[in-house]
Amino acid sequence: MTDHEHHAYDVVVIGAGGAGLRAAIAAHEAGARTAVICKSLLGKAHTVMAEGGIAAAMGNLYSEDNWKVHFRDTMRGGKLLNHWRMAEIHAQEAPERVWELEQWGALFDRTAEGLISQRDFGGHRYARLAHVGDRTGLEMIRTLQQRTVSLGIDVFMECTVTDLLKDGDRIAGAFGYWRESGRFVVFEAPAVILATGGIGKSWQVTSNSWEYTGDGHALALRAGATLVNMEFVQFHPTGMVWPPSVRGILVTESVRGDGGVLRNSEGKRFMFDYIPEFFKAETADTEAEADRWYEDKRNNRRPPELLPRDEVARAINSEIKAGRGSPHGGVFLDIASRRSAEYIQKRLPSMYHQFMELAEVDITADPMEVGPTCHYVMGGVEVDPDTGSSLVEGLFAAGEVAGGMHGSNRLGGNSLGDLLVFGKRAGEHAAALAAGSAGAGSAGAGSAGAGSAGTAPKPQEEDLAAAGRRALAPFETEGGENPYSLHQTLQATMQDLVGIIRTEAEMQKALDTIGELAQRIEHLSVEGHRQYNPGWHLAIDLRNMLLVSEAVARAALERKESRGGHTRDDYPTTDDWWAKRNVIVALEGGAVTIRQQPLPVMPPELAKLLEVSQ
Amino acid sequence: MTYDLKLRVWRGDASGGALRDYTVPVDDGEVVLDAVHHLQAREAGDMAVRWNCKAGKCGSCSAEINGRPRLMCLARLSTFERDEPITITPLRTFPVVKDLVTDVGFNYRKAAEVPAFSPSAAQPQAPFKMAQIDVERSQEFRKCIECFLCQDTCHVIRDHEDNKAAFSGPRFFIRYAELEMHPNDDGDRRQLVQQERGLGLCNITKCCSEVCPEHIKITDNGIIPMKERVADVRYDPVRFFRRRQGNPS
Repeated sequence: MTDHEHHAYDVVVIGAGGAGLRAAIAAHEAGARTAVICKSLLGKAHTVMAEGGIAAAMGNLYSEDNWKVHFRDTMRGGKLLNHWRMAEIHAQEAPERVWELEQWGALFDRTAEGLISQRDFGGHRYARLAHVGDRTGLEMIRTLQQRTVSLGIDVFMECTVTDLLKDGDRIAGAFGYWRESGRFVVFEAPAVILATGGIGKSWQVTSNSWEYTGDGHALALRAGATLVNMEFVQFHPTGMVWPPSVRGILVTESVRGDGGVLRNSEGKRFMFDYIPEFFKAETADTEAEADRWYEDKRNNRRPPELLPRDEVARAINSEIKAGRGSPHGGVFLDIASRRSAEYIQKRLPSMYHQFMELAEVDITADPMEVGPTCHYVMGGVEVDPDTGSSLVEGLFAAGEVAGGMHGSNRLGGNSLGDLLVFGKRAGEHAAALAAGSAGAGSAGAGSAGAGSAGTAPKPQEEDLAAAGRRALAPFETEGGENPYSLHQTLQATMQDLVGIIRTEAEMQKALDTIGELAQRIEHLSVEGHRQYNPGWHLAIDLRNMLLVSEAVARAALERKESRGGHTRDDYPTTDDWWAKRNVIVALEGGAVTIRQQPLPVMPPELAKLLEVSQ
Repeated sequence: MTYDLKLRVWRGDASGGALRDYTVPVDDGEVVLDAVHHLQAREAGDMAVRWNCKAGKCGSCSAEINGRPRLMCLARLSTFERDEPITITPLRTFPVVKDLVTDVGFNYRKAAEVPAFSPSAAQPQAPFKMAQIDVERSQEFRKCIECFLCQDTCHVIRDHEDNKAAFSGPRFFIRYAELEMHPNDDGDRRQLVQQERGLGLCNITKCCSEVCPEHIKITDNGIIPMKERVADVRYDPVRFFRRRQGNPS
């Protein structure tokens, strides 16, 4: 084999956010030699930004709550396009996963009885989100990180995977580079779990960090796996809009869950004008009823500010377009006039801090200015709901990079639960697969025994050489384009043409631009050398961003209706025919292909749960 | 409104380096990290810097701004004099990798030494019953975003490489404090933190608390109570006698 640094494991997890760490813990506990690879330092993954909480029907505040209600809320929030089995598993297993965090040292906020506190969030029938103030993601990642470290799992920090390696049809490992040195590293493993998160860095206004370049989505496509639901991108209704340094940064839905309301420039609580037929029966239609709901959920309906995110984002977008926006192009989110300063500081300490430090706004005295921000991709790798396995043997996906669980729109709080529930499952099943294939790491004496097992898949020498050449190409070109400018062009394109509201003509135009950029990316130049070189890293990540952006645009062009996180001006309503179809993206002969696939059929006993109970 | 900002950034690697002067157009309402990003995009594509959330939540973009340990994403340009250059240097306590990136592996090694949470015999299995008032003390320390600014500023290790082996630093003293104050942890790490993690080396100058972007009262609420608890176990006459008997507890 080449003289690259070489490691052999049973299970390699790419990504160290909630899903990746939970998967690694599960694989390790199942006896697999496990490695986690992450682009940043351990503990910095995007999960750390999650604010509101983990949706889990523990029933600590409302004993009526149970997995069936959670399942129903999730399916309805996703406009019934969710994979029913994923929504079912998630609703059933989320409580166990939350208690497990507590078992490992997490300190959630408590109820008066000393149980884990649960808070209200959009689309959830009952107060359901386990939380720690509004910094739940930090608590979750720290707990998982500390667990990972105490178990002695190997973590490869600041290491980027550029290619998956295969042996015939099976996964054989991963190829990457150390960010610090620029040197290549090869991981040999019969099972690889993608836990790379999302794709938001292809948009201009986003709550996502630099890591969110769709690596896992692109790696999966190139390895022969398929993506599902890629047209559904969640624009979170409330991102900061001012000052420019923080444009897009998330303002948690907990502000609304805890009593905050949206107002336009006329001071009007406009969400009452945007209650869709689908949610009419369960949404309050007067301010009085909405305000009573916070204290009495049994006899009142939910305020329209707590409709699912797609609905609220579209409403805000319409208000701004109609000229009723705030001075900096958002709308007002007001909790100051509705809750005491003490309550706000206690429930939303992180938001208080964020606005004070970054915008010099005291949210206990003044309203915030907010607008939609690209936040989450519902689409992802098409996986088996029970195991997280993709269509490629040995390749698994969990968390945001996996598709199906959230349908056309994710409810707030369902992401953290998703990471834990499906991270654990993917870890266990990857470990089982590795054990069955007499994988590289389990061949006995660790890496020394690599290759001795007859059936273990082996990376191919020529693939390693090709991966190395691709990665180094930007150093070979003199006087080529600057990767930063190309990235800005892509972001502007996706923002303007494949944003919240879409049309066929605009998406065609986006695809033309993406096509041009795909040519131009072959002629990027980077300065300097391989040691910790962000320009070079961006040049490599851009490959993934372009592929995934094309997947989104093509899938969005295909779906000729509006549903969840996919709104088309030219097809403004939901369509019964499309209600039964998924759009599947694949890469065939280097080209992105699209096909339609019928939705899996839900068992009648689950279908019955979907009927509105109010 | 756009204006030209003068930046002096340390460029170099483990073999050496120097401050380099740049002028970069910035907008009102931007932060130092924005200026660094503009610089990367325009003329220093290979300038190394860590960042993630850009909202003061992940603790990645730690650096020394005009000599003061800070997060670049929270350093608003409006708080600096417009005509004065802003100087950005890497964290001094950790070895430089390149430009603004340092090797913070010290902190990850110290983290690995912390004995994990261990639930009490009374409540061995979650869900636990714990009162809000009892979890709040530890919750304060769990706000830590691991930016390591407290480690960087701590004079015990800032210019004393030789102290690093026996000193975990303020970030980890509050981690030990957090476990010690966890209402359902029955581990006892007091001797450990005093004898092997260097708690005694801290002479409570509170520099760590001053630089903490999360405003955690590291010294007052973490280190001092830990020192008191250590004193309880070390100078308790009964325990002292038992230690003398060769039976430490």
